[in-house]
Amino acid sequence: MTRPPGKRRFATWLIFCALASSPAQALADEVVVAVASNFASIAEALADRFEAESDHAVNLVAGSTGKLYAQILRGAPFDVFLAADALRPRRLVSEGRAVEGSRRVYALGRLRLWSGDTDGVAALGPERLASGDFRHLAIANPALAPYGAAAHQVLQTLALEERLEGRLVFGENIGQTYALVASGNAELGLVAASQLVEAGASSAGWLVPRSHHAPIRQEGVLLSREEGLEAAHAFLSFLASDDARRLIEAAGYEVP
Amino acid sequence: MSLGAVDPTPIWITLQLATCTTALLFLVGTPIAWWLARTRSRIRPVVEAVTSLPLVLPPTVLGFYLLILMSPDAPLGRFWLTLTGDTLTFSFSGLVFASMLYSLPFMVQPLVAAFEGVGRGPIEAAASLGAPPFDAFLRVAVPLSKRSFLTAGVLTFSHTLGEFGVVLMVGGNIPGATRVLSIAIYDHVETLRYAEAHTLAAGLLVFSFAVLVLVYAFDRRARVRVG
Repeated sequence: MTRPPGKRRFATWLIFCALASSPAQALADEVVVAVASNFASIAEALADRFEAESDHAVNLVAGSTGKLYAQILRGAPFDVFLAADALRPRRLVSEGRAVEGSRRVYALGRLRLWSGDTDGVAALGPERLASGDFRHLAIANPALAPYGAAAHQVLQTLALEERLEGRLVFGENIGQTYALVASGNAELGLVAASQLVEAGASSAGWLVPRSHHAPIRQEGVLLSREEGLEAAHAFLSFLASDDARRLIEAAGYEVP
Repeated sequence: MSLGAVDPTPIWITLQLATCTTALLFLVGTPIAWWLARTRSRIRPVVEAVTSLPLVLPPTVLGFYLLILMSPDAPLGRFWLTLTGDTLTFSFSGLVFASMLYSLPFMVQPLVAAFEGVGRGPIEAAASLGAPPFDAFLRVAVPLSKRSFLTAGVLTFSHTLGEFGVVLMVGGNIPGATRVLSIAIYDHVETLRYAEAHTLAAGLLVFSFAVLVLVYAFDRRARVRVG
């Protein structure tokens, strides 16, 4: 008996949807890593290296630290969380969602004052900020983004906070802040050093001295889930290895 | 409604933005809709598609391209900078420009439907009585499309109130200048200030709901009378 083609097509569809939605975590030795967007591309390189060195596979989920945190609280199936700050991992531990004692700084962020030029020829320094001969300085929103909070502290250290008040524009995160400067809309911006490495302009602008702001500590933490624990442990230890630290440093971060 | 400790500035900025956007879109959207409703041109589907793009594009895509288009390095942004001495991004004018594109379909689509409903008959009758085309439009087509003008205006206004992705990209989130209601709500949620977020979000929800109920009630009555 032949079924009408419409019905058969529908059945095929149902099977396709069922297959497509079957959980990938069913595979053994896979670690699902939730990673802050600013670290996503270096995390891919790290995952490749880790997969080559071990039998484990890594699945990356990128998002903002705040959103990933909210998803983890609601039971998202992640094994490791690489946050862009130290606050969210600490809260997850105290809320019983992350393994106590597993928190570890995997990278320290640095800020660069940047004018959007990728040739690295424009000389920049704090005197440019003090001169005020620019329209807009883009920083990440200090209330939302760790790089924004650090940028705010830099302005306080340089005693320029009040003078520049009318010139500040805010990106929702460091990625949008970079876009505001790169697109030429803001003449200056305090962006992440790692972003300029990725853009092939690692020495562009002025590297803000680390004494100008509290350290931007990006912490990783092991999440409390039953499956995949061994692979997750292995991935976190790998992040502290010399190999991984060299990769992280080359990407424009400092390592502890 | 008591606003408690909530800063009302974003509300005023948002209301100003929606008012300016709606008023300017009446001027820009009406001729576009009139042309679309009456043309037999082969490029009509293209123009129609362009006016409807903001409906289907994610606001971040629109915002991203506007950021490039409005930058002082681009012709439009440079023109604006020499004209006004201020950049188009990070300014209220820039927000109005972006919102006009973002809300364009909400103005144009109801008007196209209305003008098509008017048909050629009444306009040709007016013309045969000696009315110049603009007169025929103003005295025949507009009064016959009164309700749709109201619908288009209300939808444009309320759609602009809820705008988020585009203004986040091109506005720069400047307090007192480009921080609109939806961004203020987003900031409150992200920083866990849920009480303030609730006050603003509930206000927007109730207002938008009331507006839609009014529009649909009005629309229904119109249809009953016609049928």
